[in-house]
Amino acid sequence: MELFTNQVLAGIATGAIYACMALAVVMIYQAIDHLNFAQGEMAMFSTFISWQLMQWGVPYWGAFLITLIFSFFAGIAIERILFKPLAKAPVLTNVAGFIALFAIINSSAGLIWDFTIKQYPTPFGSAPFLGSQLISTHQAGMIGVTVLLLLALYFFFQYTRIGLAMRAAASVPESARLVGINTSWMIALGWGMATAIGAIAGMLIAPVVFLEPNMMGGVLIYGFAAAVLGGLTSPFGAVVGGFLVGIFENLAGTYIPGVGNELKLPIALALIISVLVVKPAGLFGRHIVKRV
Amino acid sequence: MSAAEDVVAEGNETVEAVPKRAMTLGTGTSVVVLLLLLIVPVFAKNFVIFQLTQLLYLGLAVLALNILTGGSGQFSLGQSAFYGIGAYITAVMMEQFNIPYFLCLPVAGVLCFGAGFLFGQPALRLSGVYLALATFALATAMPQLLKLNFLEPWTGGVQGLVVTKPDAPFGLKISQDMWLYYFTLVVVLAIYIFSVNLLRSRSGRAFMAIRDNEIAASAMGVNVALYKTLAFGVSAGITGVAGGLSAIAVQFVAPDSFTITLAIQLFLGMVVGGVGWLPGSIVGAAFIIFVPNIAEGISKGLSGAVFGVLLFLVIYLVPHGARQLAIMGQQLAGRLRKS
Repeated sequence: MELFTNQVLAGIATGAIYACMALAVVMIYQAIDHLNFAQGEMAMFSTFISWQLMQWGVPYWGAFLITLIFSFFAGIAIERILFKPLAKAPVLTNVAGFIALFAIINSSAGLIWDFTIKQYPTPFGSAPFLGSQLISTHQAGMIGVTVLLLLALYFFFQYTRIGLAMRAAASVPESARLVGINTSWMIALGWGMATAIGAIAGMLIAPVVFLEPNMMGGVLIYGFAAAVLGGLTSPFGAVVGGFLVGIFENLAGTYIPGVGNELKLPIALALIISVLVVKPAGLFGRHIVKRV
Repeated sequence: MSAAEDVVAEGNETVEAVPKRAMTLGTGTSVVVLLLLLIVPVFAKNFVIFQLTQLLYLGLAVLALNILTGGSGQFSLGQSAFYGIGAYITAVMMEQFNIPYFLCLPVAGVLCFGAGFLFGQPALRLSGVYLALATFALATAMPQLLKLNFLEPWTGGVQGLVVTKPDAPFGLKISQDMWLYYFTLVVVLAIYIFSVNLLRSRSGRAFMAIRDNEIAASAMGVNVALYKTLAFGVSAGITGVAGGLSAIAVQFVAPDSFTITLAIQLFLGMVVGGVGWLPGSIVGAAFIIFVPNIAEGISKGLSGAVFGVLLFLVIYLVPHGARQLAIMGQQLAGRLRKS
């Protein structure tokens, strides 16, 4: 039983990372209706920026804040320059665009900071949390930040004018435009926020997986899986999905014999697909009815 | 939860409707392309011939994805899995059981058809990104499955298998590469003609009806479940043959050649070639083979970035891929004829 609780706790800790990433994925999905395959690379690049700032002597939280602001505007810039012209292009062309962006960011980061693995500091320390062996203060801090972020987003979308405008622009763009909402800029804003959330995810996870240009590959896959599991239309679902995927993954690794690190991912995915076969729109997603 | 349901008119389908006549080439153009494919290798060096062979079998794999996505409107990131299965079946049969290569390919095709058909069953309930995720899971699982211990006597585990390159038969005095090129060309042409006819047949019309509007198709009596899984099966079968050809041409199979990267490349090939335009598959294959080399030539350290920029250029200039170029060319030719 103790093994079980410990594994669940460890699962929740890794799940926090996936939850963060899934949240960023859902944010962009809400704004533009596409999955952003370059999300992980964008997060990685932001994390490198913060690392560089710290190398130049900026304290952790200062670097954190500057990176968030930078990421926000970088996200807006990417949308304005690269993806606005593609708004009318077929969906699959957009996906190709994301893959191109992925290649560009990954390769530039490799050139600027090279591919060696770097240590990344944590503001929470890495002592055992409340005497538990499996969950460290950093992981506890990560869960805390994710929950705070989720609450902040909830209040932003529910209780601010601009949050309402963004929701309107995402669900019924035509009507939103008629009541005077600039839907095009709402999309850019969505990109900016998603990039900033991704940056938070990147900075939280870097102490665990270490900093290098390919660090987000695995995380993004779990983030996607979490977002799809929770339902792509629900930020809350994305976070729940993230924790569930983390727990699934840990339990599968512990209890199913012969499952090493390499089969963890396929098994987690298989489990998610079985959930999707029963609930095709994800656990908390809205069911979309199609009209002929 | 039903109160929160969204109603969406099917105005923005994932895959645009391509009329079936626009899916192929005219007779004149086909003959010219065929002659080029026949003659070019005679004047080329062995390495170039190898690259052309690569172009053909990757083109075949892109074509398979095109039938699935452009034809029936389903999206797959799991093509690398079927490609890998096909390659392994061919390699294992050739090396462990000494079966001649030309008999291995049909077996690979049929077994992959079965695998695709079966995989299509649970995937039936999923569409769009959810289907993409399901097929993606398959693609990530495949290299691990190929490494499994109890399969090692056949597959050679992580090490992979070396495949012997076949000699030209009937005492023909041409190099192995040249023979393999013509062999691949015959297989690819046969499958291309089969695919064109498939899309023109009753089944092809059913695929396209499902692609354009699933609900309307089922209302008109199309067996949606059957044709969706059938499209999956056909696509997987063709991909399997392409994988088998690759195993023979590369002379080596290893689990890590069939990762998700391959599936993404095939996807890019389809987009660049034009979704739903079968001849574009070869253009797409050329893009995924040669553009990374060009990118590397421009800048070694930034080859990924250069590749990304080139890809962006292509999708900005021709968002509908090579098909758009072909249509523009046709219109230009028409205008020239009139004046």
